[in-house]
Amino acid sequence: MAKVLDDAAKAAQGKATKRALTGNEAVALAMRQINPDVVAAYPITPATEIVQIFSTYVADGLVNTEFVAVESEHSAMSATLGASAAGARAMTGTSSQGLALMWEMLYICAGLRLPVVMPVVNRALSAPINIHGDHSDTMGARDAGWIQIFSENSQEAYDNLIQAIRIAEHPEILLPTMVTMDGFIISHAMEVVEIQSDEDVRKFLGTYKPERTVLDIDRPITMGGLDFTDYYFEHRRSIAEPMINAKQYILEVAAEFEQKFGRKYGLFEEYKMEDADYAIVVLGSTAGTAKIAVDELRAQGVKAGMLKIRVFRPFPYEEIAEAIAKCKAVAVMDRSDGLAGRGGPVFGEVRNAICDMEKKPITVDYVYGLGGRDIDVEMIKSVYSDLQRIAATGDKALVTYLGVRD
Amino acid sequence: MVSGIGCSSRAPGYVDFNTLHTTHGRALPFATGIKLAKPEMTVIVVTGDGDATAIGGNHLIHAARRNLDLTVVLFNNSTYGMTSGQYSPTTPTGAFGTTAPYGNAEQPFDICNLAEAAGATYVARGTTYHAKVLPNLIEKAISNKGFSLVETITQCPIYFGRMNKIGNSVEMMKWQKEHAVTKKQAETMSPEELADKFIIGELCHKTKPDYCELYDRIIEKAQASIK
Ligand SMILES: Cc1ncc(C[n+]2csc(CCOP(=O)(O)OP(=O)(O)O)c2C)c(N)n1
Repeated sequence: MAKVLDDAAKAAQGKATKRALTGNEAVALAMRQINPDVVAAYPITPATEIVQIFSTYVADGLVNTEFVAVESEHSAMSATLGASAAGARAMTGTSSQGLALMWEMLYICAGLRLPVVMPVVNRALSAPINIHGDHSDTMGARDAGWIQIFSENSQEAYDNLIQAIRIAEHPEILLPTMVTMDGFIISHAMEVVEIQSDEDVRKFLGTYKPERTVLDIDRPITMGGLDFTDYYFEHRRSIAEPMINAKQYILEVAAEFEQKFGRKYGLFEEYKMEDADYAIVVLGSTAGTAKIAVDELRAQGVKAGMLKIRVFRPFPYEEIAEAIAKCKAVAVMDRSDGLAGRGGPVFGEVRNAICDMEKKPITVDYVYGLGGRDIDVEMIKSVYSDLQRIAATGDKALVTYLGVRD
Repeated sequence: MVSGIGCSSRAPGYVDFNTLHTTHGRALPFATGIKLAKPEMTVIVVTGDGDATAIGGNHLIHAARRNLDLTVVLFNNSTYGMTSGQYSPTTPTGAFGTTAPYGNAEQPFDICNLAEAAGATYVARGTTYHAKVLPNLIEKAISNKGFSLVETITQCPIYFGRMNKIGNSVEMMKWQKEHAVTKKQAETMSPEELADKFIIGELCHKTKPDYCELYDRIIEKAQASIK
C-alpha cells in the first residue's frame, strides 16, 4: 500500500498520472495534495486508512499539517472546527458511528460557517453492528447544514474532495462540506485513478484567506455566543441562504475543474435520460451497476435511463424535477430507510421536487443494500421491469425492500 | 455481560450469558442502566484500553467515582487492535503504532492507578500468561460490592507485536512473564529495577458503600419524610 502511494505521490510531482488506487488511498492522496494546516482524527472502519495513510505523510514530512490523534470523533470534530475558527484549513475523516458521535459538532460547524472539509466513508449504523456500506450515516446528517457530495468511484471521490475545498471556502458559501463514498465497495476496491500534479491541484485550490478568525488580536470576535429568542432565528435563517445559493457556485467550481483537468461534474449525472420512459435515481457506487443495466435494457429496446445524484445537499429540486419530468415511471433507490413505511430520504426529496408539477411521473421507492447487502445488475433490471408494469397498469407498491429475505 | 466495541469487546460472543454488545466507549453507561434497573444482577463489563480509556474514558472515571457495583475486565493490549494498530492511551511513550511510525510522543495512562484514584474499591492487574491467577482476580472482583476493575495485559501480535518487533503470541506472553512482578517482589526492588516492570495481583481492596446502597438510603429517607 505504502509503495503504491509513494509511487503515486512521486508521479504526481510532475504531471497528471494514472495509478491503481483504492478509494481510501485516492482520498488520502488528495488530502496530501490539499496539504491542510490541521487534521484531527480517530480511526473507524472503513475510513481508518484515509487518516492513517495521511498520518504517514505527516510523519514523513510530505505535508505541513499538524496531525492530532484525538480520543474520539467528538474530539476530532471539535479540534477540527477549533482549528478552522482560528483560520486554518482543517480536515478530518470518519464513517458511521464516528459521524454519529460528531453530530453535536456538525451543527456547530455549519452554524459558525466554518469551511471544514471531511471525507465520509458510508457505513451502516448500529444496532446490530455492521461495518459495510449503506447511506444511513450521512443521511442522518443531512439537515446539519453541511454540503453533501456523493461519489460513484475512487476517481470521483478524489475529484470531489479537491473541489470540496473550493466549494466550502467559497466566500458566498462558507459551509462545511462532506464528500462520501460507499464503504468497502469504493473505499477498499482498487481502480485506475487519474491524479493531477501537486502543483496543479495547489494552483486550483489557492490559499485559504478567512475574513475573520478568532486569535486575531487586533479585531477580536465572539463566535457561537448566546442567542435567545431575539436573534437565534435570524442567524439560523442566514445559514439557509448560502446553502440555497450554493448550487451555482458548485457548478462554477465544477466548470473550472473541467477546464483545468478535463473531467466534467454537475449537480447530478444523467445517463441516457434524454428520451427515457423508465428511470432510476441513485447515489454512490450503485450508479456504476445501474449503467450496465441501462445499457443491457437499451440493447433490448427498453427506454431506460438513470439519474445519479452527486450533490445531495443542497438538493437540486428544480433541476431533478425537470430531468425526470418526461419519464413515465421513476424508481428512487434508497440505501437507507426512513422506517416509517414511506421509503428513504432520497424518495422524500424526489417527491418533494415533483410535487407541484402538473404532469409528473409515477414514483416508487426501493430500499436496498442495507448493511452492504449486494445489489447486482439483475436486481436493478427487475426494478425496470417493475417500472414498465407499473406504467402499463398503474398498479404499484409505493415502497419495496429489494433483496431482503422474508 | 456488557461490552463496547473492539476485538476485546467481542468476548460476549464467546460466553453463555445474557450479553449486550453496545457502541464504542459506552459499555459502562449501558451497564449502569442495567445495574440500576436490576440491582440484584451481576453485571460484568468487557472492554479494551481504547474503548475504556480513550473514547469512553469519561465513563470509566465516573462509574468508579460512584462506586457502582460493576466488574470491569479491561483487556489492555496497548493499541487499537480492531482498527489496525493505532496508538492508544496506554501505548508506551516511544512505542510504535500505525499512527506513530516514528514512535509515540504521548504518555500512557496507568489504568489501575486511574481507577483507584477515581474511587474504585477493587483493582487488580493480571496477564494472559498468568492464566491461572486471572480467574481468582476476576472472582474477587465480582464478589466485591462496588466498582471493580481487573486490568489484563493481553497480546496483540498482529499489530502491537509486529510493529514493536516483540514477536508472536508466545514471545509476547514470554515478555509478560519476564516483566510482571508481584507487589511483594516489587517491595524489594529498586526504582531502576522496576522501571520496565509492571505489578500484577490485587492492588487495591477497600470497603465503601456502593452506589445502589447509597441510593436505597436516599429512597428510605425520602419515603420516611412522606409518612
Ligand atoms: C464511535 C466509534 N468510533 C470508532 C470506532 C472504530 N473502532 C472500533 S474498535 C476501535 C478501537 C478498539 O481499541 P480497544 O478498545 O483498545 O480494543 P482492541 O480492539 O484493541 O481489543 C475503534 C477505534 C467505532 N466503532 N465507533
